[in-house]
Amino acid sequence: MNKKINKSVIINIIMAIVAYGIVMALIYGGFLGRQAMSIIIPCCINVMLAVSLCLLVGFLGELTLGHAGFMSIGAYAGALTTNALNLPPMVELLIGLLVGGIVAAVFSLIIGLPVLRLKGDYLAIVTLGFGEIIKSVINFLGFTGGAKGLSGIGTYSNYKNFTFVYIFVLLTILVISNLVRSRHGRAICAVRDNYIAAEAVGIKVSKFKTMAFVISGFFAGMAGVFYAHNVGILKPGNFDYNKSIEILVMVVLGGMGNIKGAIVAAVILTALPEVLRSAADFRMLLYAIVLIAMMLFNNSKFRTVMIEKRNLKKAMSIQKEGE
Amino acid sequence: MSLINNLVEQLINGLRTGSIYALIALGYTMVYGIAKMINFAHGDIIMVGAYALYVFAALLGLPVPVCILLTIIVCAVLGITVERIAYKPLRNAPSLAVLITAIGVSYFLQNVALIIFKATPIPFGSVIKVPSIKIGGIHISGITIVTLIVTVIAMAILTWFINKTRAGSAMRAVSEDKGAAALMGINVNKTISMTFAIGSALAAVAGILFICQYESLSPTLGALPGIKAFVAAVLGGIGSIPGAMLGGIVLGIIESLSKAYISTQLADAIVFGVLVVVLLVKPSGLLGKMKAEKV
Amino acid sequence: MKKMTKVMSMALAASLVVASLTACGGGEKKAETKAAETKAAGETTAASADGDVFLIGGIGPVTGSAASYGNSVKQGAEIAIKEINAAGGVTVGDKTYTLDMVFADDEATEDKAIQAYNSVMDQGAQAILGCVTSGACIAITDLTAADGILQITPSGSAMDCTKNDNAFRICFTDPAQGVTMADLAAETLGYKKVAVIYNQSDEYSTGIREAFEKEFAAKGGEIVASEAFSNGDVDFNTQLTTIKGTDAEAIFIPAYYQDATYITKQAQDMGMELPFLGSDGWDGVLGTVTDPATIEGAIFLSPFFAADPSENVAAFVADYNEAYGATPDQFAADAYDVVYTIKAAMEQAGSVESADLIAAMTEITVDGLTGDGITWTAEGEPNKGSKFIQIVDGAYTLYE
Repeated sequence: MNKKINKSVIINIIMAIVAYGIVMALIYGGFLGRQAMSIIIPCCINVMLAVSLCLLVGFLGELTLGHAGFMSIGAYAGALTTNALNLPPMVELLIGLLVGGIVAAVFSLIIGLPVLRLKGDYLAIVTLGFGEIIKSVINFLGFTGGAKGLSGIGTYSNYKNFTFVYIFVLLTILVISNLVRSRHGRAICAVRDNYIAAEAVGIKVSKFKTMAFVISGFFAGMAGVFYAHNVGILKPGNFDYNKSIEILVMVVLGGMGNIKGAIVAAVILTALPEVLRSAADFRMLLYAIVLIAMMLFNNSKFRTVMIEKRNLKKAMSIQKEGE
Repeated sequence: MSLINNLVEQLINGLRTGSIYALIALGYTMVYGIAKMINFAHGDIIMVGAYALYVFAALLGLPVPVCILLTIIVCAVLGITVERIAYKPLRNAPSLAVLITAIGVSYFLQNVALIIFKATPIPFGSVIKVPSIKIGGIHISGITIVTLIVTVIAMAILTWFINKTRAGSAMRAVSEDKGAAALMGINVNKTISMTFAIGSALAAVAGILFICQYESLSPTLGALPGIKAFVAAVLGGIGSIPGAMLGGIVLGIIESLSKAYISTQLADAIVFGVLVVVLLVKPSGLLGKMKAEKV
Repeated sequence: MKKMTKVMSMALAASLVVASLTACGGGEKKAETKAAETKAAGETTAASADGDVFLIGGIGPVTGSAASYGNSVKQGAEIAIKEINAAGGVTVGDKTYTLDMVFADDEATEDKAIQAYNSVMDQGAQAILGCVTSGACIAITDLTAADGILQITPSGSAMDCTKNDNAFRICFTDPAQGVTMADLAAETLGYKKVAVIYNQSDEYSTGIREAFEKEFAAKGGEIVASEAFSNGDVDFNTQLTTIKGTDAEAIFIPAYYQDATYITKQAQDMGMELPFLGSDGWDGVLGTVTDPATIEGAIFLSPFFAADPSENVAAFVADYNEAYGATPDQFAADAYDVVYTIKAAMEQAGSVESADLIAAMTEITVDGLTGDGITWTAEGEPNKGSKFIQIVDGAYTLYE
């Protein structure tokens, strides 16, 4: 048992290093054009967002449509912090990340507590509502720059600092995947699968729901800080429900509750629109068709048959090994 | 006096937007109540309805009643097609998968419209000409009255249809338990198709009234009313037909009053704030039924 | 056996990651080679014509909610490029260049604008025409400054759009427009009380509104109502009812023509007869109203006047109409002027080096569609006169 875990840990570490090596080689080997360079960090940001949302949607089993709201809180908090500070860029960014993450986590707690009573579609609509409220309030407040946006943010998280961003991406993945595998994570999954049964065996449902909300919000906030320092200008309109849905789509395409899938989906969905840029008008249309086709394929008989076949093969090979 | 006058006018403004929300919300609630899915593409079917009316009335120059009929047919057929292609294969999939597909359909319809009709808004005068009424110093535009009447009629017919007809009871049976309904000899697929046809026909009617009220076509015209109507449906208790009507009207009035007397800047925040509060106090919405959880 | 599946799924995931990365890298390279090919092709054709290709990188929204502005810009620029090339291209020193343009979609968002900018740079753009919206423009301005490339925005009106030395604009700034309109309202028209309806989620609208209200108050006027709306709103009855309850003499609407269409129509339905004032976003409003009577008498600021009888405007309107079947709006005219400005800068500089082009910008004078004898300050602001347009008998007429 122990050996197995060790092995998978080693494989994961190797994967992380290989991915890092490939990206570094691509950046410094001159294989990439500027356009491809400029989507490396957005890929990282989306991976963080998708993995953090995966905790809520995939493991806690609650559909939320307000993830962009937490991202925007983190982004604004982080950007205001680094704008106010006058330290070396990386130190500023580090402090900004912490502030952004914590502020977003606090808001997740404030919002998470009352909505614990709700489930399913009702929770979805309330989180959508909160996303819109956050957007509206940021637009209204003076110190956020309102509709003009908050500009003059140092673009610290560009591809030259890929290593720095990558460390935080790994941290996000590590924390969330370990959490899911821990006792707490099992409790969270139990809440998803049957919350009445979970309650009956003594799991404090509301405690675990709040915990998942806060952790997810924290990492979404950090992703927001990276976003702010990648783009250099923040506007409340960019964090609308379309952005939340974009993140949700990544989680769902990755196969809900599958962190690796979410990572892959986040990278692909960030790169896809850029690859399809030459298709201009038809780009969004293709995006829609791919989305529908993927969902249909994921749930099609064809796929179930394939999986069954694979399982059958496996069973056969086990039998052979047994012999 | 002028203050009361002003209040009455603002209430009428609320009714005006509220009745459109209510009409759209009826479609949402209908589909949700029976097929148990949030049809995110509902708002875009309104958009298709508006463009269809434009094509029939302005480009082909057909008589108005024919245009309206054709528009409703186009949307109903579109609704059935979408259901067959995109939703039916997912009937046993997790509800989230269906939701994502619906979002995909919504993007698809918007972008097809964008490619065909381009992004530039097209002006399109109202095909329904009703003179406005003046009571005291208060103007009520004709189209507002028409919308309100149509919404009430639609609600009444729907309620009657679902509660009194055979097809309606089939729908309720499918809503309760698909498996059991199938065993009782109900054609589940046909019933769900019919639900989508009715829901989309309602969207077509909403699209027609919307375009007659606001007179400008763009590929994203259905998106915002779609979301607001969705909120209205949840506010009223999704799945409940009178609830959708109530939710729509209440939402419209809250929106109007908060814009008029609190702040135009925070109106959206207030609308969603009310939704959150209502759901926290009564988690199933104003008129929704709370189902007991079974282990 | 579970281990086996895990390994397999991980391997699959890894290969997908790599595939997607290389895919986007590959796409990149393809785009590059494509650009190189078109460039090479341009060179060969140009070689016979004794010249080279100068590539303009256009950036603007061609999808999404602001798509109509981006499309106008793209089409206006295309008309200018076609005209210039048909007339024999641009003579720089002893060489003749033909112009070409690659246009990238930014969906009017900041993050996409950065990617769009990098994509046109990958394709070898030598000057930037864009962005169309202010936020996107601000997002790329530091990048263009770092590259030292000439950037001219047709319509980015926020102050920060031209904060760097390499950035210039064709349009008026938001504050300048607000002040001009306030002066018109207070002095020329003699209004004492004005109501404002503005789009709170748009920096263009809020920028003009701020300057207008300040200037109007400074001139001794009073803002009796300042009502906001948000992107995508179509119902303005509530705001109009509030204004109806005040003693406003006119309504100022700093917004785009689409919003103005809804507002004016609904005001008429309510039986309001107040005159309207607008910003330059109103241009094109006659194309979206169903009944021109709703905006009869409205006055707005515009750099461009499609019904202008002058030769260059009439020719542009005719060409545009022929090519795209529509009347050009100010976005198209602004973009057309950007292309001619780039041409003038090339000729003045006698070179196509970015630094020379930027230096030439303050030395040139351009007779464009949006103004005669436009010159630029080192801050990137254009000096040009403003025109007021009034709707009279359902047609645009110059208001003197």
